[in-house]
Amino acid sequence: MHHVVLDRWSRGGSALHRRDARAKTIAVLVFLIALGTAQRAFLPLSLFYLGILAAAILAAGLPIVAALKRAAVVLPFTAVFAAISLAAGEPMRAAALVGKSYLSALAVLVLVSTTPLPELLGGLERMGVPRYLLMVAQFLYRYLFVISEEAQHMRAALQAKSGTLKRTLWDRAKFGAAGRALGVLFARSYAHAEGIHQAMLARGFQGHFLTLSGRAFGRADAFFVAAALVIVVGARAAVEAWI
Amino acid sequence: MQPLVEVRDLRYQYDDGTVALDGVDFQLFPGETVAVLGANGSGKTTFVLHLNGLIMGKGSVTVCGMPVEPATLTHVRQKVGLVFQDSDNQLFMPTVLEDVAFGPLNLGLARDQAETRARDALAAVGMAHASSKAPYHLSAGEKKRVAIAGILAMNPEILVLDEPTTFLDPPGQNALVALLDELPQAKILVTHDVDCARALASRAVFFQKGKIAGEGPVQEVVARFNWDRISLQRPAGSRL
Repeated sequence: MHHVVLDRWSRGGSALHRRDARAKTIAVLVFLIALGTAQRAFLPLSLFYLGILAAAILAAGLPIVAALKRAAVVLPFTAVFAAISLAAGEPMRAAALVGKSYLSALAVLVLVSTTPLPELLGGLERMGVPRYLLMVAQFLYRYLFVISEEAQHMRAALQAKSGTLKRTLWDRAKFGAAGRALGVLFARSYAHAEGIHQAMLARGFQGHFLTLSGRAFGRADAFFVAAALVIVVGARAAVEAWI
Repeated sequence: MQPLVEVRDLRYQYDDGTVALDGVDFQLFPGETVAVLGANGSGKTTFVLHLNGLIMGKGSVTVCGMPVEPATLTHVRQKVGLVFQDSDNQLFMPTVLEDVAFGPLNLGLARDQAETRARDALAAVGMAHASSKAPYHLSAGEKKRVAIAGILAMNPEILVLDEPTTFLDPPGQNALVALLDELPQAKILVTHDVDCARALASRAVFFQKGKIAGEGPVQEVVARFNWDRISLQRPAGSRL
């Protein structure tokens, strides 16, 4: 699963891994704003930004090909909007849509691949992101594995009883069974949620997530943010002035 | 001797009208291990959830001299460590160390103290090597050990274990029984596993329809309620 791989990648020891989560989050936000608002000279700018992200991936010691492939997971979603733009006779807008969404996904991938989730959520909390939103994100991340395992068991049970899962969409009985299985999965997830809440209360939870990781924002982090700002914003200004 | 846990005339009814507990009296003394036996739905789990205030019914529950009520919950939950049946529900943090440190941090310990407690607890259950692992990478037996470490890190006086041997293979069950046997805390063991009860408990109580229908030495209770032989009888359907 994606999050198992990302979890492994995030526990590296590179200089990028060691930066405070807030510094990396700010750098990525600056990158996303600079990229999202770029109107002119998109092709050279996107190539330059791709180079920056590739350099970051290499510096973090992550597998470059695998990372570039993983970021492509967003492409099917943007392809729909790109197709609409193409049909409307706007090929440049279509290309910008695909390019911007891919580079955005890659930037976020670099962030989550170099920051363990507890640190990332801790950093976001210190930046003022609502605590309950972060708790939902944390539980979603943790229990994706448990729920997907249950879904696989139910799929196997459905397969054992119906022979095959092929043509599920067109077979009314199988479609109904799949729908009911989804309902059961929801009920089980709900039961898990109740059990988790009880387990949290039993260990003294009082509505505030406390974690061991509490990295301080140091000089190196401030330098990292400043460098990211200069490179990302400076590159855009330079490319737009040059073209 | 003062009991660690004292329950008097405890009654609880679920919202759907099901009477789960119907006048339970119970005592747990320092150093003893009590097995809680009984059929599914007899009220065992509902009973233990009362011990650290996750459910509050009518009657009185006292833990280490403190009545279990909203004002004492923080202290009560430090004294009573509850290990749930499904370890996946108990291990919700992204890493084993973070999970074991969850309780001590909630108790107000500083980060370095909480980390020391967590590492000590992991060492006590033989899981020190797994501190940086994600919980979903562990086997069922390892998850159970980490769940117990999460409770030990809170330094409780009473351990309550709900079906601790469920999901474990025989070697895993044996290893867990050996581990629990070494822990010095008083224990309440909710279980269908009669072998586990015999190995660990000095006394058993038998739940039936929300009441304690009998108590005494484990072997006597097991024999009186025919609890051992029931599980060995062939189900009626198999004789068709």
